[in-house]
Amino acid sequence: MSILHTVNKSTYERDTLEACVRLAAKGGSVLLIEDGVYSAMSGGNKSSVIENAKDLSFYVLGPDIKARGLGEDRLIDGIKVVDYKGFVELTVSNDSVTAWL
Amino acid sequence: MSDAKKFMYINRKAPYGTIYAWESLEVVLIGAAFDQEVSLAFVDDGVYQLMKGQDTTEVGIKNFSPTYAALGDYDVNKIYIEKESLEARGLTLDDLQHLVWEDEDEDWAEKDSIRVVTSAELAEIFEQQDITLSF
Repeated sequence: MSILHTVNKSTYERDTLEACVRLAAKGGSVLLIEDGVYSAMSGGNKSSVIENAKDLSFYVLGPDIKARGLGEDRLIDGIKVVDYKGFVELTVSNDSVTAWL
Repeated sequence: MSDAKKFMYINRKAPYGTIYAWESLEVVLIGAAFDQEVSLAFVDDGVYQLMKGQDTTEVGIKNFSPTYAALGDYDVNKIYIEKESLEARGLTLDDLQHLVWEDEDEDWAEKDSIRVVTSAELAEIFEQQDITLSF
């Protein structure tokens, strides 16, 4: 069983990502979309939420980081950028999707 | 102009994920057209509204970030950014748009609109307002 988790809220405004990381099983995938992409930036005081979650794979939706003026060079190490096609592929390659709000 | 009120708009939301940022900008422009004394504060995720280089072509939403550069033309030139909010997000003033206005009393000299202030300073500024609207 593998789950794709999507998170669409900024970790600086809501605790959605923290809940997702706490409740996602080892080996799961987390895709940050919409305002969730702010959580993928390095150098902030909440960057550790992702940096400490070593058992999960993190992805970020490219069009959403571009929309918000965030450079790929500022992402936390290890986060992969995907486009809409990549989003679909992640959906297909996992058994189910959990959308955290 | 003696009856002009001091309006403060507090912006706390990131752009695009919700409509708050765009709605605030619309209300600010309307207020400015009525010759009120307008100030803006960007705190918490609101600081993301002013990020440079926003490009929304792939998400199909209007990029309203260029509109902030027009605020100076509406005499909206008191734009406060909370220092603590920037720092918490690993941002500096260089990550934000450079917003300016032209001072009519000094031969249209170009001046910075943005002032980075501490929480304590911002609290003092809020105390001086007649009307505060939060988005």
